[in-house]
Amino acid sequence: MTAVLQVENLSKEYKQGSLSVLAVKDVSFSINPGEFVAIVGPSGSGKTTLLAMLATLLTPSSGSVNINGIDLSGMSEKQRSSYRRSDIGFTFQANNLIPYLTVLENVELMLRLNKDLSIQNAQKAVALIERLGLAAELHKMPNQLSGGQQQRVAIARALVHDPSLVLVDEPTASLDTERAFQVVETFTNMIHEQNKAGIMVTHDLRMVAFADKVIKMVDGEVQEILDTPEQISQLSIYGANPFTLNKALPIPSKPQVFQPAAI
Amino acid sequence: MPLYLTFKEIWRNRGRFLIFNMVIALITMLVLFVAALGSGLANANRQLIDKIDAELLAVQDNADLSLTASRLDETTLKDIRRINGVVSAGPIGLSSAALVVSSEEKVDISLIGVDPNQVGAPSLLSGSGLRNMRADQVVIDEKLAKKYNYALGSKITIRSVQGTEEELFSLTIVGITEEQQYFFQPSIFVPLNTWDEIRPQANPAARPSRPIFNVVAVKLDPSMDSAVISQRISSLVDKIEISDKESVIRAQPGYMEQQATINSQAGFALFIGMLVLGGFFQIQTLQKVPQIGMLKAIGASNRTVALAVFSQVILVTLIGVLMGTLLTFGLALGIPSNVPIRFTPQAVGLALASLLAIAPLGGIFSIRMATKVEPLIAMGL
Repeated sequence: MTAVLQVENLSKEYKQGSLSVLAVKDVSFSINPGEFVAIVGPSGSGKTTLLAMLATLLTPSSGSVNINGIDLSGMSEKQRSSYRRSDIGFTFQANNLIPYLTVLENVELMLRLNKDLSIQNAQKAVALIERLGLAAELHKMPNQLSGGQQQRVAIARALVHDPSLVLVDEPTASLDTERAFQVVETFTNMIHEQNKAGIMVTHDLRMVAFADKVIKMVDGEVQEILDTPEQISQLSIYGANPFTLNKALPIPSKPQVFQPAAI
Repeated sequence: MPLYLTFKEIWRNRGRFLIFNMVIALITMLVLFVAALGSGLANANRQLIDKIDAELLAVQDNADLSLTASRLDETTLKDIRRINGVVSAGPIGLSSAALVVSSEEKVDISLIGVDPNQVGAPSLLSGSGLRNMRADQVVIDEKLAKKYNYALGSKITIRSVQGTEEELFSLTIVGITEEQQYFFQPSIFVPLNTWDEIRPQANPAARPSRPIFNVVAVKLDPSMDSAVISQRISSLVDKIEISDKESVIRAQPGYMEQQATINSQAGFALFIGMLVLGGFFQIQTLQKVPQIGMLKAIGASNRTVALAVFSQVILVTLIGVLMGTLLTFGLALGIPSNVPIRFTPQAVGLALASLLAIAPLGGIFSIRMATKVEPLIAMGL
């Protein structure tokens, strides 16, 4: 199987005067279609910097990122912008939605950016929103939604234009436990169903239970890549030093708290 | 895409934008009223001269182009008429008097003496016009005729001070001309010799046998170069200064000072408008920095973001200016006719163009700010 994403020896160094900080050191991994990868680590471990480089928002100091065989390093700003628009789906920790657009309009935004808002695609956007359990919220404004609902709208927006790579940055940071599980489970299901490559950055180890592969980062380096269900389950349940952050929180057993609507 | 975002944002936040539109509308009203006031004040001073059907005006050479300070005589007039290229040269005498409307009401007027057969005589809307240089006849401006219900054939009474005594002169209306104010007073045209007789004089007994007037209006042969004829008049006629009408108007005492004051006010209003617009859109953009960062992170180009801000600046300003223009014209309908407010297409056009031009200037910092937002902001980096 051809990897959607191929990362090789990726590093990012921040310089300020005579000081320099190596935020990401020599990271390599690959992701196949339909694979959902969680990048975990404590604050300052470099996971968000890594995600920013994968999203072409940051230029690596060294190493390469290939998406579908295309090397991102030689791209101009305009090309990177175009690439983010067409090939990447993105959700953020906060400020995901445009406050003056409805749920449907927010999802359609990606289609408009890509100049691809046909009747067929608009119907696809509606179906996606319904699939995410937000049929009743189609024409609501973001401020009328809960945090979990907003994250699900962002997921719909990240998927609607059929990107090959979907990046999710700390999706559960501002959600309670129940809603956090709902959001990550929904996202995982969509990634698998649509055969996308998905990457989630999180510091919440309970969420890795949904991942096919877990990349543990510490101090900018990949400490370990877990790719068997046993390893991932172990990490999810007990946490693993040095970045167990939520030991005291409830432990999931594949939660079934959310039943998305059928298409 | 940029227009889509602009329309949606304005529509979904219409309350907030309406308040700002009202601010722009108020600035528009201020700018339009100041422009109309400037135009009205200028018109009240220059309307008479503007409507003289002449290219050049000749005044006494040491009068600094001031019409009231200038004194010319018939010899000068004849000398000018003799110049090759001069089609017509007419004397114009300027003074003030009072129109006695009733025993209680008197109206200050500009009493204008003209030669009925030469340039300077008013064009008529109705009536036969002044018969000769000594007739007890007048041509009055239509505004005056309408206001006091004067008709052709009516008698009017002019009051003027002769020496230390007030004297009344009865004249017959033989023509109605367009509104022609001079120094904020309606004009009444009389034959030059009649004018010389009834104009206020310190010593009527010392009046010269031939009238002394203020200015000679000179109409030129259109097939000849006006600069050449002007030069010819200057060199061949002694003790006169010859100039175009605009220069003469500008040289009238207080005219330029008044216009400069009004224009400064209009300039300040525009400057304040630019600051208000700039400030509003800058705050608006600052509030949207995370949103703009997110838009860029999901692939919106700098061009899309810049156009969205720019189209918002233009649209909000257009709506505000349109509201302000309608309100101004609505309010203007209720302003008394004696207030010197005059909405000319040029003044209104210039004011509106300036207002629309300051919008992009005011918004330019917001556009720059929006394009400088880093998409990394979306990730909190």
